[in-house]
Amino acid sequence: MTEPALAGGAPAVQAAAGTRQDVVTVRGLRMKYGNYEAVRGIDLDVARGEILAFLGPNGAGKTTTVEILEGFRKRTGGEVQVLGADPAHAGPDWRARVGVVLQESAPEALLTVSECLSMYAGYYPRPLPVARALDLVGLTGKAGSRCDRLSGGQLRRLDMALALIGDPELIFLDEPTTGFDPSARRAAWDVIAGLRDLGKTIFLTTHYMEEAETLADRIVIIAAGRIVASGTPETIGGRATDASTITFRIPEDLTVADLPALPAPVTANSHGAAEIVHEDPVQVLQPLTTWALQRGYPLGDLSVHRPTLEEIYLRLTKESS
Amino acid sequence: MTTLEARRARVNALPLVGHQVRYEMRAYLRNTRARIFTVAVPVVLLVLLVLLFGKNGSASAGGQKLKIGEYYVPHIAAMAIVGSALVNLLISVVAKRESGSLKRRRATPVPAWVLIAADAVTSIVSGLVVVAILVAIGSLGYGVHLSWPVIGVTLVVCIIGSAAFCCLAYALSTIVGSADSAGPMTQFATLPVYFISGIYIPDNVLPRWVLDVAGVLPVRPLAVALQAAFVPATNHGARFAVVPVLVVLAWGVAGLVIAVMRFSWAPRRS
Repeated sequence: MTEPALAGGAPAVQAAAGTRQDVVTVRGLRMKYGNYEAVRGIDLDVARGEILAFLGPNGAGKTTTVEILEGFRKRTGGEVQVLGADPAHAGPDWRARVGVVLQESAPEALLTVSECLSMYAGYYPRPLPVARALDLVGLTGKAGSRCDRLSGGQLRRLDMALALIGDPELIFLDEPTTGFDPSARRAAWDVIAGLRDLGKTIFLTTHYMEEAETLADRIVIIAAGRIVASGTPETIGGRATDASTITFRIPEDLTVADLPALPAPVTANSHGAAEIVHEDPVQVLQPLTTWALQRGYPLGDLSVHRPTLEEIYLRLTKESS
Repeated sequence: MTTLEARRARVNALPLVGHQVRYEMRAYLRNTRARIFTVAVPVVLLVLLVLLFGKNGSASAGGQKLKIGEYYVPHIAAMAIVGSALVNLLISVVAKRESGSLKRRRATPVPAWVLIAADAVTSIVSGLVVVAILVAIGSLGYGVHLSWPVIGVTLVVCIIGSAAFCCLAYALSTIVGSADSAGPMTQFATLPVYFISGIYIPDNVLPRWVLDVAGVLPVRPLAVALQAAFVPATNHGARFAVVPVLVVLAWGVAGLVIAVMRFSWAPRRS
């Protein structure tokens, strides 16, 4: 985390919450199962109106952390504030402000989509109209269908509608698009982006890097019970300053020795193309392309590859396991 | 929260029980399995047993000779209560827990007791409906005598019995691991108890010690109490059978204690 570790004082936590309008504040969270410590002292903040993507491999402590924030699990250490209350002791008023989409969707099989939503709407003090919730997730056409006759993707959308029906301020989305085909996934992203436009705060967990990159304002990566990186999708894990890889084909009849002076060594990659790794691709491209242009050489397959979020993620989670 | 606010919240939650019962009832009515087990099986059994033993045959309970219909209507009614309140509720609670539906509901502001009360009310109402059908068949077809005292005491005993078996359903749900095994397990547990409790085979055919064993289990006391509601002479002339009802209640309380200690909302994995 970017914030310095606080010395565990409750007033300090409240002050931070007040200034940054944090919806979620976590300090030194720990969770032990017997002798195994699944979560080993993590700090986390989610600001109001932000989409935070919480990434991590299976078994990293991700689900445990989310369940603690949702109030489904009692922690063994640390401070947690969600919407100004400790989720471990929060009551119905708090629940009414939080929407949850669980990993497995589980609507009432024998009720219709709109009956299911009406049933849940009855639990909340100020619910959205059922038609509005259906419209938000694009399920209006299925209002009269029985829940056990929906496709997997439709079930997930119903689950999303159930999380929205109480008009919550904060929404937990646990792997909301797992098992979706690409077009259904894009449709779900539009729904989630629409929630941001409504001013909702979203805590998203996902295994899809593209999903995190498309939706998230900020990404936090957990591995082996610790936060290993946090930042925007563009800068996380030193992504903005990490070395780029410049790849091209050496013109026929030429060898590496014929190339101009370059700021980094040239190696051959597995496809027989030349490869140069450097933090500042401009310093490589400028002499290289000037040289090729002056002599009229083609530079086949020229590309500049910046590290993807997935590569950063794999490196960070591998290092810590 | 002050006491007053807490009380107001509770009062506001009461209509919520009604709200929940409406949807539980709707789901129940669409559930073919539930309809077959809770309605069709008792009705078919009553008709079949009276047919097999002959409408003019007799059986005795509490040393009192009865028309065959007078015997089987309260006994199958006891089975119907167990079917609705124990078997059906148990299967439905375990299925909802395993599908994550219970956990899903816990993520909303609805109080836990509202959901439990709605389940119990649904089971009690569905049990009462089946009992009403059985009593109607008995009255119209098998010469079972009806009066307001009969109906009143039957109603009270059915409600107490349903509530007790609902508690037992919640207690048993803590040891049943999956929705698939809930059905066979309850059948396996209840079938022998029905047999030794005189539900299928009349009391006068069963050995004394078998009836004594069944008397400390919850099914037979319910049957005895219902039999007394129809024919007080089977219970030393008392229409409301206090001791058997207390045995049923004791089982209910034991179930409630176990349920409160061990009930889980989340699926049994990890």
